[in-house]
Amino acid sequence: MSKFKKKANTKQEIPTSALPDIIFMLLFFFMVTTVMREVTVNVKQRIPEATQLRKLQRKSLVSYIYIGEPKKAGEFGTEPKIQINDAFADPKDIIQWVNEQKDELDENERDQLTIAMKVDEEAKRGLVSDVELELRRANARKLLYTTIQRTED
Amino acid sequence: MAKRQRDEPQINSSSMADIAFLLLIFFLVTTTIANDRGLSLQLPPNPDDIVDVDIKIPERNLFKILVNSSDKLLVEGEPLEDVTKIREMIKEFVLNNGRDPKSSDSPKDAIVSFKTDRGTSQDMFISVLDQVQAAYYDMYAERIGVTNEQWREIANDLSDPENKRLYDKGRGLKNGQLEFPMNISIAEPSKTSN
Repeated sequence: MSKFKKKANTKQEIPTSALPDIIFMLLFFFMVTTVMREVTVNVKQRIPEATQLRKLQRKSLVSYIYIGEPKKAGEFGTEPKIQINDAFADPKDIIQWVNEQKDELDENERDQLTIAMKVDEEAKRGLVSDVELELRRANARKLLYTTIQRTED
Repeated sequence: MAKRQRDEPQINSSSMADIAFLLLIFFLVTTTIANDRGLSLQLPPNPDDIVDVDIKIPERNLFKILVNSSDKLLVEGEPLEDVTKIREMIKEFVLNNGRDPKSSDSPKDAIVSFKTDRGTSQDMFISVLDQVQAAYYDMYAERIGVTNEQWREIANDLSDPENKRLYDKGRGLKNGQLEFPMNISIAEPSKTSN
């Protein structure tokens, strides 16, 4: 009987050498599809949902305005505020900011500057329209309200 | 000569996975998925540059949408509960072509007037604007025989000449004038305290 004794030389371990490769693949996927946060958003952002979304083609022409309730309510209160770059701003600062953004673009692309407004769904229309009025004064008339795709039900 | 079995040399690579995971989690936390989608809009010119000319727009060419500070809708003078009904109402209004004397003369003259209150929430504003744009995109898409979604894809990429041609056809561009413009007038919000 000993003639057929099993040789116990098969390894019991599961080979894990492919695991790092799989994770690296995931890592590269995320590195490619995402962008680094350029500004710290200091306002709450619950982006409203919509169905008729359009996509922006050229990111270099886009500048962002954030509107919403400050995250640090104790310090800044609960009234929605406008955030441009890293700081809170008043509507009157917008013209100057738009001009700075335009200066960074080439001469022939300046009129194509698009302002993407990331507005919290709870924010009031009054504040948003004040911003719009300043944008009209600054002649930055291409606007995009950032929204999330509504899942059709 | 007896062949001696040698152990294969191995480097323990199990911690490599941990290191990669750490990197992965770092990138997940510090990055945002690029979200550059939304409702696009062209703002009217600087109010200071507009010469005040009284243009009389016949009542029949205006489709009025009002939203008050408690997000209640008033469409064409009637209260409306369901926002999604606006889509069909606008299509009917714009494509009237002078049949119903209470509705628009032609798509070119039709204007959707959308007025909110300063207290209206952005959420409500977006849902109404979404419906208005949906109605127009539907009509454009129908004119060139594509779906609403395909139309938006076409409109997103106008650098392609074929897309540009379809886009102009859908909007009825003739001699530099649009036969089928998307006239959405967003009035400045009224100032009621709330």
